[in-house]
Amino acid sequence: MSKTIYEKPHSLTETNFHYCPGCSHGIVHKLVCEVIDELEIEGKTIAVEPVGCAVTAHNYFNFDVVQAAHGRAPAVATGLKRALPDRVVFTYQGDGDLASIGTAETVHSATRGENITVIFINNTIYGMTGGQMAPTSLPGQVTQTSPYGRDTHTQGYPVRICEMLATLDGPSYIARVSTDSVPHIKEAKKAIKKAFENQVNGKGFSIVEILSTCPTNWGMSPVEAMERLRKEMIPYYPLGVFKDVEEVNE
Amino acid sequence: MSEKVLMKGNEAIGEAAIRSGCRHFFGYPITPQTELSAYMAKKMPKIGGVFLQAESEVAAINMVYGAASAGVRAMTSSSSPGISLKSEGLSYIAAADLPCVVVNMVRGGPGLGGIQPAQSDYFQATRGGGHGDYHLIVLAPNSVQELAYLTAEAFNLSEEYRIPAMILGDGTIGQMMEPVDFDLIPEPVYAQKPWATNGTEGKREKNVTETLFLEPSELEERVFEREKKYDVVRENLQRYKSHDTDDADIIIVSYGLTSRVVETAVKILRSEGIKAGAIRPITLWPFPEKVFKEVHPKAFLSVEMSMGQMVEDVKLACDCSVPVHFFGRTGGVIPTPDEVVNKVKEILKEVE
Ligand SMILES: Cc1ncc(C[n+]2csc(CCOP(=O)(O)OP(=O)(O)O)c2C)c(N)n1
Ligand code: SF4
Ligand SMILES: [Mg+2]
Repeated sequence: MSKTIYEKPHSLTETNFHYCPGCSHGIVHKLVCEVIDELEIEGKTIAVEPVGCAVTAHNYFNFDVVQAAHGRAPAVATGLKRALPDRVVFTYQGDGDLASIGTAETVHSATRGENITVIFINNTIYGMTGGQMAPTSLPGQVTQTSPYGRDTHTQGYPVRICEMLATLDGPSYIARVSTDSVPHIKEAKKAIKKAFENQVNGKGFSIVEILSTCPTNWGMSPVEAMERLRKEMIPYYPLGVFKDVEEVNE
Repeated sequence: MSEKVLMKGNEAIGEAAIRSGCRHFFGYPITPQTELSAYMAKKMPKIGGVFLQAESEVAAINMVYGAASAGVRAMTSSSSPGISLKSEGLSYIAAADLPCVVVNMVRGGPGLGGIQPAQSDYFQATRGGGHGDYHLIVLAPNSVQELAYLTAEAFNLSEEYRIPAMILGDGTIGQMMEPVDFDLIPEPVYAQKPWATNGTEGKREKNVTETLFLEPSELEERVFEREKKYDVVRENLQRYKSHDTDDADIIIVSYGLTSRVVETAVKILRSEGIKAGAIRPITLWPFPEKVFKEVHPKAFLSVEMSMGQMVEDVKLACDCSVPVHFFGRTGGVIPTPDEVVNKVKEILKEVE
C-alpha cells in the first residue's frame, strides 16, 4: 500500500516554474499555496502580482490574479479588498517593486492598516531587468548599476522595510524570514500562515519579508547564493517578528 | 413628480455617480474638483460605500484599477496635474479592458499652472495621455444638468464597452451652481462581468487581469481586437449639439464652458445679420466627425480655452475642405462673446 508523503498544493498549478535554478521565488510560491490550501481559502483568494520576475506568477496559481503596474500592487490590493471585504487579497512583490518605486503605496497601505497580506521577496537586486542595484542592495554589492560596489556616499544605504514599517501604528504583523535552510523555510511558512490568518480574522495589514536568492544576477551557483544569503544578508537584515498586534483592527 | 435642486457641478457628479451605483470612490485633494471628494466623503459612509483619500493620484487610480477588476463601479476625480499622475494607471486600465469613470476638472497648465478653468488637457484626454494604443471615452458637459447626465452615461458606456470613461470639465463647470433634476439622468444598466477577478469560489476557472504580453503577435492581436471595439464606438457614440448651422457662412466649434460663450456670440452675430452657427461636440472621443460632412459653411472657427487643440480634430473632420480658424484664451482666461464676435468678423472679411 502506498502512502502520500508529499503532494503539490492544489492551489499551485502543474506548470513548471520559469524561475532560474536556486531562485527563491519557487520556494515562496509553494509556501504561499500550501498556506492557502491549509486555510481552505483558494476560492476566495485574489493575488496581486508585481512587475518583476514574478510578473507571470498567475501561471502558477489556481486562483484569481490581478497584474499590477510596477510598485502599485498595494494600491490595487486596496481597491480589491475595499470592493470585496470578504475575500482574501495578497500582494507578492520584489524589493525594487515594494521598496523603491512603490514605497509610497507600501507605507500608506501599511499605515491605513489595510486588511491585506503582503509577501515581500527581498533578493537585494532587480532580478527581472538583469541585475541592477536595488534599494535593498548591500553596501559594496556589485550590480550592473553599481559596478564598483554600492558606494554608500553616493548611492545611499539599504532600506530595512520591516524596521521602518514597525514604527507605524497601522500594521498588525511584520516579520522577516529567510529561505536559506530547512528550519528557516519552516519558520517562513509559519509567518506566511500567520499573515494570511490575520487577514481572515480581520486584523489588518500583515507583511512577511522573505530574504531570497537571485543566483543568476548575483553571478553565483545556487549553493553559493544560499551561502551569501546566510553570511551577508541575515546579518544586515535580522530575522524575527517586528510587530504583532493581537487585537482586532477596526 | 421630478424635482429640481440647486447644486454645484462637482456635487452633482457625486450624486449622479451614487445614483448610478458607484460605491467606490478614490480621491486625492486638488482644486478645482475638491467639492466632489468632499461630497463623496460625506455620503459614502452613510450608504455603505467606500470613500478613500489615497496617498497620491497614482495610488488612487490604481485603487480604481483594483476595484474595477473586482467588478464594482469605481471612480476617481482630479484636475490637470493629478490627471498626469493618473495617466500610468489609465493606460493599464485601458489595457486590461476595465470600466471606470475618471473626472478631470481642467485647470490652466502646463506645470502647476493655475487653478482657473482651462481646456488645455484636450490632447491628453483624447489621445490617451498614457502610453500605448488606447482611448478613453471622453464626455464634455456644458451645464450642471449635463454633468449629472453624462456621469450616469459614463458609467453605463464604460461598462458596456469596457473602456474607461472621462468626464472632461473645467473649474467653472465644476464650481458653478445650477438647478439639476436627477430624475432626468439615465438609469444604471449593469453589464455581466464574467471576467471579474473576485474569487473563483471553486466554481469557475481562474480569471487573470493582465496587461503583459511578451509575444509580439499576441500583443498585436489584442490591440487589434481593442481597435475593433473602438471602431464600433466611433460609429455609434458620436454626440454633439448644433444650432443655426443650415444657412451658416461660418460655424463655430466649441465644447464645455466655451460653448456657452459661443452661444451668446452667435446670438449677437445673428442679430447683426451675420450668418453664424455652432457645433458643440459632447463626445470629444469619439469626435463627432460625421456632422462636419453634413454642413457647408465657408469657414470653421474653433474656440477653446487652450492654444488650439480641438482645432486639429475639426481640420480632420472637415478634411480641410474650407479654412479652419482658431481663437483661444488660456491659462485660466475665459474668452468673451465680444472677442469671438470680432474674430468672426475678421474671418468673414478675409473670406469675402
Ligand atoms: C514604470 C516601470 N519602470 C520600470 C520598469 C522595469 N522593471 C521591470 S521589473 C523591474 C525591477 C524588478 O525588481 P524587483 O522588484 O526586485 O523584482 P525581482 O525581479 O527581483 O523579483 C523594473 C525596474 C517597469 N516595468 N515599469
Ligand atoms: S533572475 Fe533572479 S529573481 Fe529572477 S528568476 Fe532568476 S534567480 Fe530568480
Ligand atoms: Mg528583487
